[in-house]
Amino acid sequence: MTNQNPNPRAAYWSGFRAGAPFILVVIPFALLFGVVAQEAGLSIAQLMSMTVLVIAGAAQLTALALLTENAPTAIVLITALAVNLRMAMYSAALVPHFGKAKLSTKLWLSYFLVDQTFAVSIQKFEDTPDMALSEKLAFFFGAMSPVAPLWYAATLVGALLGSQIPPAFSLDFAVPICFIAITGPMLRTPAHIVAALVSVIVALMLAWIPYSMGLLVAAVLAMIAGAQAEVFLARRKRHA
Amino acid sequence: MPDQSTIWIVIVGLAIGTFLIRFSFIGLIGDRDLPEWVLRHLRYTAVAVLPGLIAPLIVWPAATGGQMDATRMAAALVAFVIGMWWKSVIGAVFGGMGTLYLLQYLAG
Repeated sequence: MTNQNPNPRAAYWSGFRAGAPFILVVIPFALLFGVVAQEAGLSIAQLMSMTVLVIAGAAQLTALALLTENAPTAIVLITALAVNLRMAMYSAALVPHFGKAKLSTKLWLSYFLVDQTFAVSIQKFEDTPDMALSEKLAFFFGAMSPVAPLWYAATLVGALLGSQIPPAFSLDFAVPICFIAITGPMLRTPAHIVAALVSVIVALMLAWIPYSMGLLVAAVLAMIAGAQAEVFLARRKRHA
Repeated sequence: MPDQSTIWIVIVGLAIGTFLIRFSFIGLIGDRDLPEWVLRHLRYTAVAVLPGLIAPLIVWPAATGGQMDATRMAAALVAFVIGMWWKSVIGAVFGGMGTLYLLQYLAG
C-alpha cells in the first residue's frame, strides 16, 4: 500500500532533520582529517580530491596511514577498499526501496551512500512502509544535505589550519585516536568484539611481514572469526 | 611520504572502487538475495580491518621511533573506553587526545 498523495517536500525536510545531528560528528571529524592529511604531506588539491571523490572518512584515514608507511599501492587500495566493503551491504539493503529509480538518480544516490545517510534512511523506510519512491528519494537527499557539504568544507578548514598547529600537539597520534573513536561504537555485539580482537592479535603478530600484508591476513581471519562467532552464539541461543 | 603519482593513483583508485561498492547492488546486481554466509562476513569487514591497522600504530608509535610509550597507550585506552561505552566518536577523540596532552604535560 503506497501513499496516494506523495509529499516529497515534507519528506526532504524530515530527512534533513534526521541528518542534522550528524553535523556534530562530521565537522570535527572532517577538520581532523584535513589536519592529519595535511600533516602527512598531502597537498590541498590532493586531500580535497580525496575527500570529495571518496567521502568515506575511515577508508581515507586507512589509505593515509598506509601511504605514510610507504606500503605498496595495491596494498593501500585493497585495505582501504576492504574498510568500505560494508557499503555493499548498504547498497543491497536499499535495492527494495530505490531499485525503480532512474539510473542518473541511482548514480548520485550511490555517491552519497555513507554510513549516516544509510542509517537514518533505512530506519525511516522500515518505520514508514507506505512512502512513495519520490518521498524516499527526497528523504535520502534531505538527510545528505546537512552532512556532505559540511564534510567538504570542514576538511578544507582543517587542511588550512593544519599548518598552523605546532608539533607539541602530537598530531601524529590523532590518526590512531581517530580510528579508535570510529571503531569503538562499531563493537555492537560479542561477534564484533571477537572480530576486533582477532584483528588486533594477528596484526601485532604479523607486523614483521613487509608491505603491511600482515594486516590483510589479520583482516581475513578476523572476518571469518566474527562470522563464526555469530553462528556459534546464535546456535547457543537457540538451544538455551 | 610516497611520490606524487602514487598518491594520485590511490585517490583515484579509492574513489572508483568505493563508488563501485556503493553502486554494486543498487545499480548493477539489483534485487537478488545474497547468500547468508556472504552477508555474515560483510558485516565484519570494517571491524576486521580497522583494529588491526590501529594496533601497531599504538604499540609501536612512529613519533617515538617505534618505542612503546605509556602515555600513548593510556590515551588510546581512554579513547577506546569512551568510544565503546558511550558510542561517542567525538567524545573518544577529545578524551584520547586530552589524556595524551595531560600526561605529556605532567611528564614535563
